Amino acid sequence: MLQSFGKYLLFMQSLFTRKESAKILFGRTVDEAILIGINSIFIVAIVSTFIGAVTCVQVAYNLNNAFIPRSTIGFMVREMTILELAPTITSIVLAGKVGSSIAGGLGTMQITEQVDALEVMGINSASYLVLPKVVAAILVFPMLVILAMFLSILGGYLAGTLSGELTPQEYITGIRDQFIPYNITFALIKSVVFAFLISSISSFRGYYTSGGALEVGAASTAAVTNSVIAILIGDFVLAYILL
Amino acid sequence: MIEIHNIHKAFDGKKVLDGVSGVFETGKTNLLLGASGTGKSVLLKCIVGLIKPDLGSVTFDGTYFTNNKLDIRQEIRRKIGMLFQGSALFDSMTVEQNVEFPLKMLTDMNKEERMDRVNFCLKRVGLEGANKKMPSEISGGMKKRVGIARAIAPHCTYLFCDEPNSGLDPQTAMKIDELIKEITEEYNITTIIVTHDMNSVIEIGDKIMFLYEGKKLWEGTRDEIMDTDIHELNEFIFANRLMRDAKKVEDEEREEEEERRHNGQVASQGKEKAPSEETVETRDEPQPENPDGPAATTQSGNDKV
Repeated sequence: MLQSFGKYLLFMQSLFTRKESAKILFGRTVDEAILIGINSIFIVAIVSTFIGAVTCVQVAYNLNNAFIPRSTIGFMVREMTILELAPTITSIVLAGKVGSSIAGGLGTMQITEQVDALEVMGINSASYLVLPKVVAAILVFPMLVILAMFLSILGGYLAGTLSGELTPQEYITGIRDQFIPYNITFALIKSVVFAFLISSISSFRGYYTSGGALEVGAASTAAVTNSVIAILIGDFVLAYILL
Repeated sequence: MIEIHNIHKAFDGKKVLDGVSGVFETGKTNLLLGASGTGKSVLLKCIVGLIKPDLGSVTFDGTYFTNNKLDIRQEIRRKIGMLFQGSALFDSMTVEQNVEFPLKMLTDMNKEERMDRVNFCLKRVGLEGANKKMPSEISGGMKKRVGIARAIAPHCTYLFCDEPNSGLDPQTAMKIDELIKEITEEYNITTIIVTHDMNSVIEIGDKIMFLYEGKKLWEGTRDEIMDTDIHELNEFIFANRLMRDAKKVEDEEREEEEERRHNGQVASQGKEKAPSEETVETRDEPQPENPDGPAATTQSGNDKV
């Protein structure tokens, strides 16, 4: 465990040695951002809309006291979405989608000697392949989290109003009630940290794959499980430090 | 010229290379021959720097490579072209992009110059028109050709091929071998090929190094390899029935020739007449009993050129 962590730190250090030119890294980062970002919009949209909807319905089910205003439902949906559901659940979903894709891709490149081909050319394969993925993830994840926040709140609105649990006015009042802008900052900080954890851990797992197709599958699985554990630990640490 | 000196490598305590030394000459196809698991590919990876040897050194045209400064190693690596066993083409790129890749990364060429070079290299390996195909759309032989084109694109000085004809049909394998040989001679580069294919040895092996259990057991030319008395090498060569039959036929022909010559000599001695023109010619031919005869010396001398 400790040995793996040490190896991970050395791997991270290797990303910043013998870097390719800024032009090449920029081009690779844009490509990776498209792969990570654009290709994840659909799954993020689906998951976050339904999470918002379910949150609204379940909060409404629990808040049936006549002394609690119905706008509290909107308030609770907003707080849960911004503080936890949008950054954390979105990151866990992306750990499954992006993390397995990164680990699988790098693992395949490793076992088919494509990584060796880069090294023989005198290119730092870790820097060339991994650094753009990490940078792209850090740039794109906050955008996806912002999208997830918006769609979750929209999902809650649709579910609440269409089911008749509360009026549109009540929901909007709740959404606007006691809004703390820092919560958005906190969510974006979380998304950046989770982006780094997912992309770096998955790259590490994929980059050190050896063997065959079976090992590539195992690396993808390990990438997802390790990333999810890291997200949950990171979530607690960040909440403890920043809130 | 590439020189290796006393290369040692062990994995988890198991010795894979045990003090291998040798010289690989420029303009020649140097073959690393041996059965599977004898350390050929590991030696090749030690030479190109993909694996760090436990002990020993590699020198490229007099420049020390192993454990040298990073920028010097990088400089040498940029002169290296390598064809991998599975071709190692980048899956996400087209044939054209694969060949262009080292030019983009290692040179200052503009797009037009790069495309000219890519088209030239693809034409050189007989793949003109395949520019836009993806690696998944081409055959194994074509992949090897693309791999060769990618290796030679940045004007490499050293070409390394790890089992270039594995998994190919004999005809395609021969074409790949011939292509490597032609390129080696045309550009006067140092080529090292890892193989266990005796056809490659016969067709293109200028200089051969035979590895056995991580040690260099024999070194020589393709003309010399059939006549060695090293048991392990003979066992390797004649494991193939075709080679056994070829050797048998060669031995039979040699015996017949000896017998004919012997009979001719006896007849001529019996008649006690002056040597005819035919006997004079025969005397100039290599005598099996006398390998240092005039013809044998000439042949050996040619091999060294």
